Amino acid sequence: MAFQPVKFYQTGTFTVGNRLLADSERTVQANMRRTNSLNSGHRACQGCGEALGARYAIDAAMQATGNQVMAVNATGCLEVFSTPYPETSWQIPWMHSLFGNAAAVASGVAAALRVKGRSSVKVIAQGGDGGTTDIGFGCLSGMFERNDDVLYICYDNEAYMNTGVQRSSATPPAARTATTMAVGPHPGNVFGTGKNLPLIAMAHHIPYVATASVANLHDLEVKVMRAMGIEGARYIHIHVPCPLGWGSAPADTIKIARLAVESGLFPLFEAERGEITDRHKLRRRVPVEEYLKPQRRFAHLFGARPDVNTIASIQAIADRNVRTLGLAD
Amino acid sequence: MLKQMEGSLAVAQAVALCRPEVICAYPITPQTHIVEGLGEMVKDGELTNCEFINVESEFAALSVAIGASAAGARSYTATASQGILFMAEAVYNAAGLGLPIVMTIGNRAIGAPINIWNDHSDSMALRDAGWIQLFAETNQEAADLHIQAFRLAEELSCPVMVCVDGFILTHAYDRVDIPDQAQVDAYLPPFEPVQVLDCKDPVSIGAMVGPEAFFEVRYLQHHKQDRALDRIPQLAAEFKAQFGRDSGGLIRSYRCDDAETIVVALGSLVGTVKDAVDEARAAGSQIGVVSICSFRPFPLKQVRAALQSAKRVVVLEKCLAVGIGGIVSDGVRKSLSGIQLKGYTVIAGLGGRPITKRSLLDLFASAARDELQELNFLDLNWDVVHRELERGRQQRRAGPTAENILRDVGVTGARVA
Repeated sequence: MAFQPVKFYQTGTFTVGNRLLADSERTVQANMRRTNSLNSGHRACQGCGEALGARYAIDAAMQATGNQVMAVNATGCLEVFSTPYPETSWQIPWMHSLFGNAAAVASGVAAALRVKGRSSVKVIAQGGDGGTTDIGFGCLSGMFERNDDVLYICYDNEAYMNTGVQRSSATPPAARTATTMAVGPHPGNVFGTGKNLPLIAMAHHIPYVATASVANLHDLEVKVMRAMGIEGARYIHIHVPCPLGWGSAPADTIKIARLAVESGLFPLFEAERGEITDRHKLRRRVPVEEYLKPQRRFAHLFGARPDVNTIASIQAIADRNVRTLGLAD
Repeated sequence: MLKQMEGSLAVAQAVALCRPEVICAYPITPQTHIVEGLGEMVKDGELTNCEFINVESEFAALSVAIGASAAGARSYTATASQGILFMAEAVYNAAGLGLPIVMTIGNRAIGAPINIWNDHSDSMALRDAGWIQLFAETNQEAADLHIQAFRLAEELSCPVMVCVDGFILTHAYDRVDIPDQAQVDAYLPPFEPVQVLDCKDPVSIGAMVGPEAFFEVRYLQHHKQDRALDRIPQLAAEFKAQFGRDSGGLIRSYRCDDAETIVVALGSLVGTVKDAVDEARAAGSQIGVVSICSFRPFPLKQVRAALQSAKRVVVLEKCLAVGIGGIVSDGVRKSLSGIQLKGYTVIAGLGGRPITKRSLLDLFASAARDELQELNFLDLNWDVVHRELERGRQQRRAGPTAENILRDVGVTGARVA
């Protein structure tokens, strides 16, 4: 491909296509020598954001390390759909132990590599939001606090999808899940609950924290590659729509992920040692309705009489994100 | 070299001689001195090529060991009581994955009521998880069993628990012969894993397994325990050849040749029972004791051979299986299938209640007269029990049981026995 210079309005983003970029800046997935670490043939649903995110993340990590990556997986969709015995989609050394201990197992792998003098090999722990923000939280915080040489990636689809869409501490307010049904005077998940794990990770003052989205896969790759160049505990929180759990069309996964970013509900930023170093500015903000409406988990907000108060409360969350993180362009 | 030292330090020194590469430490009484000892050895450079990791829970301790072992490092941790329950899920996982982790249990009661003293409830709660369980009788054996445990674990790719009575052994100062490094190196070869995370040869470990294969995987854990029944006595014999003393093995008999009554016990209690047996023998009783070192695998054949000529068997247990009684007794009864003899279960020493020679001699006398019940509770204070039951009859809101009983017993209750 011929090299074309990036135009003024495209600077500072990775939204331009590969054809506009120098070879060194092109995506890992565009590389003929990408590793396909999570190979095709797995059993993820159509339009699975997690499968997409994991594929990009691990391939990027492989490229960054010269293919010296091992992964530890929490129990969850990614673990189940990638390893239906006796098949496996993983082309890298991969291990699953339990739901709540991926970070600790990864710490153990990293310790073994250190003691064995194989420090060039890097360890990634990965899990869904349940395995990260809830049941695996203790082990994750311990790994952070010890600054173990592990990159932990959370694929956040905002509920326990593997067990049939139950609420987690990453489920957004008003969302319908199997344990926060869209019934009663306050349908869906309650407001004022949940936790923001990227901010909690930052509070550990670990070397690197980032959020990423499958709507911006080039940015995701860059963040993973940056993380792989850093020693110590690192955390990347990737927003991955789940068509099954969110009640969205499989073809809309990227679109919905992008609306989450553009509405301000899922801010993209990077932080080092507890300080935000970069954020993705929103050039075109969209109202939260545009993000909420295509998802059946929020359908109860948009009946014959839309629940304007609840929608306004969600808009307020987006506004607060934009304000506190400085996302306005 | 013979040294006077605390049991925990003896265990720590024995573990250090095994060249562990990853040690995960989380404090819980009465195990803590072991990991403290190892931590100091790593910190001051006495134990090299070893990562000592302070984790945030027992669940993490064993999880870190699981990761380290899967990546090919010789891995060790220690815990007790609530700790082993908190890591229970990982205990099964380590066995299911076939990772040869060695873990010391400083045996302690399980709450509620919270209690830090010795009994066997903790190890027994996880007896069927797929780990080999070896019980130490003395501090010397506690140290020695760890050296055998790493060898056994790595040969079979099966995790091993070394069960050491909390306080009675862990905190007792005794004379222990700590071997030198060359001896241990000659006995314990470097760890060669059968499965390892390796970028040159990528494998997936811990895949989802359905009904078509789960059964076979679980059976193979049982098969390993069967193999351990052969290897444990062989490794004990090799140990004797290398180190010059008896330690480990499946079971040991003491003065059982013409015994009409045989007492079965595990762990440090065996020493007290031997003293009581000597005294009872001197008074003319035909009594002996069988100590079980390997509780998992349970040596059915060996126990049968040791007990079959007796008239009665008294199983002393430091754990109460609530709702049925004994746990060791179940194995003993199974081993005696088809043999007619009287069998008594005696629950003793729960939560650190001392098991005295006086009480044992009274017990043996009752046993010799066949005056025992099928299930007995040694030195249980029935007055206290009855008073609490009466309180419950008197009023619905009788209050918390443990606190009622503590008020009842009073501060003098701390002076047990």
